[in-house]
Amino acid sequence: MQDTHKNIVSAIGAKVLRLVQSLGETAVLIQKTFGSIFQIRNGGKNVWYQMQEMGARSFSVTSLTLMFTGMVLALQTGTSFIKVFNEPLYVGRIVGISIVKELGPVLTAMVFAGRVGAAIAAELGTMKVTEQIDALYTLGTNPVKYLTVPRFIAAITMLPFLTIYSNFLGVFGGYLVATLKFSIPSPVYLDDIYALQIREVMHGLVKSVVFALIVVSVSCYKGLTTSGGAEGVGKSTTSAVVISMVSILIGDYFLSAVLVALRIG
Amino acid sequence: MIKIRDLYKSFHSKIVHNGVSFEVKEGEVFTLIGGSGSGKSVLLKQIVGLIKPDSGQITIDGTEISRLDDERLHEVQKMIGYVFQEAALFDSLTVGENVAFGLCNLIGRRFEDTLPIVKEKLALVGLTGVENYKPAQLSGGMKKRVGIARAIAFTPKILLYDEPTTGLDPVMSDVISDLILKLKRETGVTSIAVTHDMKSAYKVSDRIAMLYEGRVLEIGTPDQIQNSSNATVRQFIAGSSHGPIPVPDMDLA
Repeated sequence: MQDTHKNIVSAIGAKVLRLVQSLGETAVLIQKTFGSIFQIRNGGKNVWYQMQEMGARSFSVTSLTLMFTGMVLALQTGTSFIKVFNEPLYVGRIVGISIVKELGPVLTAMVFAGRVGAAIAAELGTMKVTEQIDALYTLGTNPVKYLTVPRFIAAITMLPFLTIYSNFLGVFGGYLVATLKFSIPSPVYLDDIYALQIREVMHGLVKSVVFALIVVSVSCYKGLTTSGGAEGVGKSTTSAVVISMVSILIGDYFLSAVLVALRIG
Repeated sequence: MIKIRDLYKSFHSKIVHNGVSFEVKEGEVFTLIGGSGSGKSVLLKQIVGLIKPDSGQITIDGTEISRLDDERLHEVQKMIGYVFQEAALFDSLTVGENVAFGLCNLIGRRFEDTLPIVKEKLALVGLTGVENYKPAQLSGGMKKRVGIARAIAFTPKILLYDEPTTGLDPVMSDVISDLILKLKRETGVTSIAVTHDMKSAYKVSDRIAMLYEGRVLEIGTPDQIQNSSNATVRQFIAGSSHGPIPVPDMDLA
């Protein structure tokens, strides 16, 4: 019995130690990456390529996600208010605030984690298990400068752009349902949207920068520490996506609390 | 040229090197043989600075490299070309960009200026007209040769081959062996090869060393190794499951 308890405690201890080690190593990777940003030579082409991969190629999937989210939000809000007040009140206001402050940044980041985070972890993981990372070292190239810096720059610049674009589509989805299903006049809906304040938009954008940092650092770390062949690549990819998504959701609460306390939104 | 002294390396509780020592002379092809997991590839990675030894010395051209900082190690790496087991070509780059990679990043040349060298090195390994191919379009033997071309592109003084013939058919293995000899003859490069392929080892090596239980068990010319009186060496080179080398307990009846 005592041995069983001892084993459980040591297993938990080992997991905690691994978690703390991973957090520390991720922090070191972030520090090395930011420390190397101004040292990269001829990195423009690589950064541009990553921006296209992360940004341009994510437009369609984020468009669909946010447009339908805006539509369903308007539908549920309108239906609920009709039940209570016999009129679809505040649809524009609720859609605008929800999309711009929460759903836009969070859902775009979730899609980004699934699409971009998985791709980063799988690509770097494959490079690791096929010794391409070792090959970079032997050919005089620091993998942090060559692989992680372009991905960090691209993610941190592209996710806020994707979020702004998603916000527009979410609001547009809500507009379609508000005007076509509930016959809310366009100016009424749009007035609600125009009433959004710049700090409410900034609230969402600050979040998207932090979410980009979470996704890219977790995915790069998981990719660069992959071991165990194809199975290891699969595990790294899955855990990169899962950890990124969970971190986004947990981080969203604390980030919201901090931003509200700072009167940003 | 290369001196290894009392090298110790372990991973967690597994001791890989337990006092490895040997010397490689300038211009020779030195082959390391030994069972799977005996630490041959780990030794090559320590020589190129990818892995740090726990203790001991690795001296290359008079410079002790095992404790160098990144910048000084980078200078030593300019002398060393590394041929990886599975070639380790960069998937996202073309063959030409792969071969030029070291020239651009290690030596600092502009990519546009490297094209004649890329063509020359690819021709040296028997490949022409493949500069614009992606690695995925090449066969295993071609990938190995591109890996060699990439390693020799910046004219290193030392070449490290990690299982250069593994996974190739016998004819292609012989082609790679001939290539190793050609490079030695034409460039005078000092080479260390890790292999299980005894036919290739006998053909290309000036000397062969066998690693066993974390140490160098025997060093000698191919003739000396073939006529070794050591039972472990004899079992290994004969590829026999009977002898002092422990084998997994399996029911083979």
